[in-house]
Amino acid sequence: MSKINGSKMLLKCLENEGVEYIFGYPGGKVIPIYDAIYDEKKIKHVLVRHEQGAAHAADGYARATGKTGVCMATSGPGATNLITGIANAYMDSVPIVAITGQVTTPEIGTDSFQEADITGITAPITKHNYLVKNIKELPNIIKEAFYIASTGRPGPVLVDIPHDIQVALIDEQVKGEINLPGYKPTIKGNLKQIKEAAIKISHSKKPVIFSGGGVISSNASNLLREFADYAQIPVVSSLLGKGAYPENKKLSLGMAGMHGARYANMAFVNTDLIIGIGVRFDDRVTGKLSEFAKNAEIIHIDVDPAEIGKNVKVAIPIVGDAKSVLADLIVEYKKLSSEKGLADFSQWLDEIECWKKKYPVRYDRNTDLVKPGFIIETLQELTKGDAIICTEVGQNQMWAAQYYKVLEPRTFISSGGLGTMGFGLPASIGAQFGRPDKLVFDIAGDGSIQMVSQEFATAAINNLPIKIILLNNGNLGLVKQWQELFYNERYSETCIKGCVDFVKLIEAYGGVGFRVKEKKDIEKAIKDAISIKNLVLIDFWIDPDENVFPFVAPGAPISEMLDHKQVKK
Amino acid sequence: MNQIISVLVENKSGVLAKISGLFSRRGFNIESLTVGPTDDEKISKITIVVNTDEKTVEQITKQLHKLINVLKIQKLDPGCSIRRELVLVKVNTENKSRAEILEIANIFRANVVDVCKSSLTLELTGAETKINAFKELLKPYGILEFVRTGMIACARGKNIKK
Repeated sequence: MSKINGSKMLLKCLENEGVEYIFGYPGGKVIPIYDAIYDEKKIKHVLVRHEQGAAHAADGYARATGKTGVCMATSGPGATNLITGIANAYMDSVPIVAITGQVTTPEIGTDSFQEADITGITAPITKHNYLVKNIKELPNIIKEAFYIASTGRPGPVLVDIPHDIQVALIDEQVKGEINLPGYKPTIKGNLKQIKEAAIKISHSKKPVIFSGGGVISSNASNLLREFADYAQIPVVSSLLGKGAYPENKKLSLGMAGMHGARYANMAFVNTDLIIGIGVRFDDRVTGKLSEFAKNAEIIHIDVDPAEIGKNVKVAIPIVGDAKSVLADLIVEYKKLSSEKGLADFSQWLDEIECWKKKYPVRYDRNTDLVKPGFIIETLQELTKGDAIICTEVGQNQMWAAQYYKVLEPRTFISSGGLGTMGFGLPASIGAQFGRPDKLVFDIAGDGSIQMVSQEFATAAINNLPIKIILLNNGNLGLVKQWQELFYNERYSETCIKGCVDFVKLIEAYGGVGFRVKEKKDIEKAIKDAISIKNLVLIDFWIDPDENVFPFVAPGAPISEMLDHKQVKK
Repeated sequence: MNQIISVLVENKSGVLAKISGLFSRRGFNIESLTVGPTDDEKISKITIVVNTDEKTVEQITKQLHKLINVLKIQKLDPGCSIRRELVLVKVNTENKSRAEILEIANIFRANVVDVCKSSLTLELTGAETKINAFKELLKPYGILEFVRTGMIACARGKNIKK
C-alpha cells in the first residue's frame, strides 16, 4: 500500500471534485501544499497579489461557471485576508471552498507565530467550516466541503489544515465519503403548496414575478422564461437576479429597489400577487418594509426555509430548489389553464407599458459631458449583450445595473449583499479563467479599483484580456451623493481626485490604457479595447456631478422615488 | 415568555460555539443553556431557554436547522414537557440556624451533600418555580453560594429522539 502526504491527498481530492483552478497565495504554513502544487498537472494554481483577490476570484469563477470556486491562503494574516471575500460569497450564496493553512496541531491555542482561530472567526460567514485534526478525516472533509458548498442554498465552506496534517501520511487509495446526517436540503417543493400557488396566480389580477440570484444559481433561468412567457407575467429582478430573464424582452421590468427603475417599483406598489423566486426581500429592494407591496399577497419560493417569512409575510411558502419548483409549477399552471382557460393579464401589462414609457431610466442625452449612462449603453450596443459584466461597488455598479440589459444568466457579476468595493477586478479574473471564450468587462469606479489594483498584475501575467471600463469621477460617488442629498453637501473625505494616472498605472502592469474625456471618443475607445487582445483600461473622465437616479431615500417606501428633476436646485 | 428549545447535535468540537454564536449575532439572548451527551455518545443534547416571542423562536429554529451538525430541533411546550434543574446551595449556619434549614430542606426534599461547622450545602432538583421558592426561603439565613445547572427538559409521553 503506497502512502502519500496530506498535501498530495488534498490535491487528489480537489482533482476528484473537478477543480480546474486554485486562486491562492503561499505562506509559511502551506509550504507543503505548495510543494505538492509544484508537481500538479491537472489543476492550475493562479497566484494573486493579495488573498482578498483570491477569494473574490474564486467567487467570480463560481458565478460565471456554476462550479465551485477554490481559494487558498496561509495561516494567520493569509487566512484573515480571505475574510472579506468569504463574507461576500456568504451574503450572495456563492459556492466557494477556502483552504487555509494552520499552525501544527500541538501549537494550536498557544498564540503561535501566524496563528489565527480562522474557524472561529469565519463561523458566522461560512455555511460550514472544518479544522482537520486527523489526516484520516481529510478525504471525507474535502468531499463534504464541496457537497455542502454547492448544494441547497450554496455558500462558502472553509477547511483549515494544520501544517502537521499536510505532511502526515495516508494511504493513497483512500476515497472521501459524505456522512452528514444533519444536512438534508429540501429540493422538491411541496406539491400541494405548488398547486395552491398555481390557483392563486390564476385568480390574481396583477401578478408580478420577483426573480433573484437563486434562479441563476439553481440554473432555473430557462424554466423561469418558460413560465413567465406562458403565463404572461412581468418579471422584476433583484440586482443578483439580473440575467435570469432577458432584460430586453417586453415582460422584463429590470431591477427594482433603491436605484431600480421607477416602473419596476410601481409594479410592486400596484401588484396584488408577488411570486418571489430565489430572493430574500432585502431592504435595498423593499424600502420601508411596512409600506412594501401593501396590496399584495406573496408566494415565496426559496431553498432556504429561514428566508421565508423573515422579512415579509408570506401567503404561500414553498421550500425547494427554484428549478424543481418551477418545473412543477409550470406543469400545474398549464394543467389549470387548459381546464379553466389561461388567465388574462393583458390589462395589467398595458398599465405597466404606460409606466415604462412615462418613467424610463434616463440621463441627460443632450449634453457633451461624458455621461456614464451613455458609456454603458454604448458598451451594450457594441457587445450586443454577449459579454460577462463584472462591477465594482458604488455608483459604477448602479449605473451598470440600470443601463446594461443582461440577456443571459451568469453574465452579470456583482457584489450584492455585502457591497464589497474591490470585488469587480478579481471577480473578472475568476470569470475570465472560467469563461475564456467570453469577453469580460469590469465596470469600475476610481474608488473601488484602487482597493484591488495590485490584481492588475494577476490579470496581466496570465494574459487575461479583461477590459476595465473605469468611470472616473474623482469621488467616492455614492457616499458623496448621500452627502449631497442628506448631509447638506458636506463632502467629508469623499474627494479622491487627481492623485492617480490610471493610464500609466495599467501600463506599468503591462496592460494598455486610454483616456477618454469627450463624448465623441467613447464609441471608438470601446471598439478599440475590444479589438485589443490584452488587458485594457479605459479611463473615462465622466461628469463628476452625475448621480444615480432614480433614488429611494433610505427608510422611505419604494413608491417615493427621487429623480434628477426633483433634486435640482 | 420563556421558550424551551431542545436540540440534538453531532458531538463534535466547535458545535456549541456555532450555536451560541448564532444566538449572539442575531441579538437573541440566552436565559440558560445546558449540554451533555445522550445515550449515543456521538450525539449530544442541548437544551436552550430563551425569553422571546413566537416569531423570533421560529427564526432561531430555522437558523439552527441551517447548522450542518444540528440533527433535530424540538420546541418544548411547557404544558407537555418535564423540566428540571439541579441546584447546589451553600447556606450560612453560624447563627445556630442549622435545624431550621434542615427542616426547609426536608420539606423540599433537598439532600445535604456537605456539612461543616459554619455552613451546609444542599442539593435540590426540580422545576424553576420550586428552585426559586427554595432560594427565597433560604435567603434570610445567608446564601454563601448558589449554583444551578440550567434547565434540562424532555417532552412527555412517547417521544421520538432521532
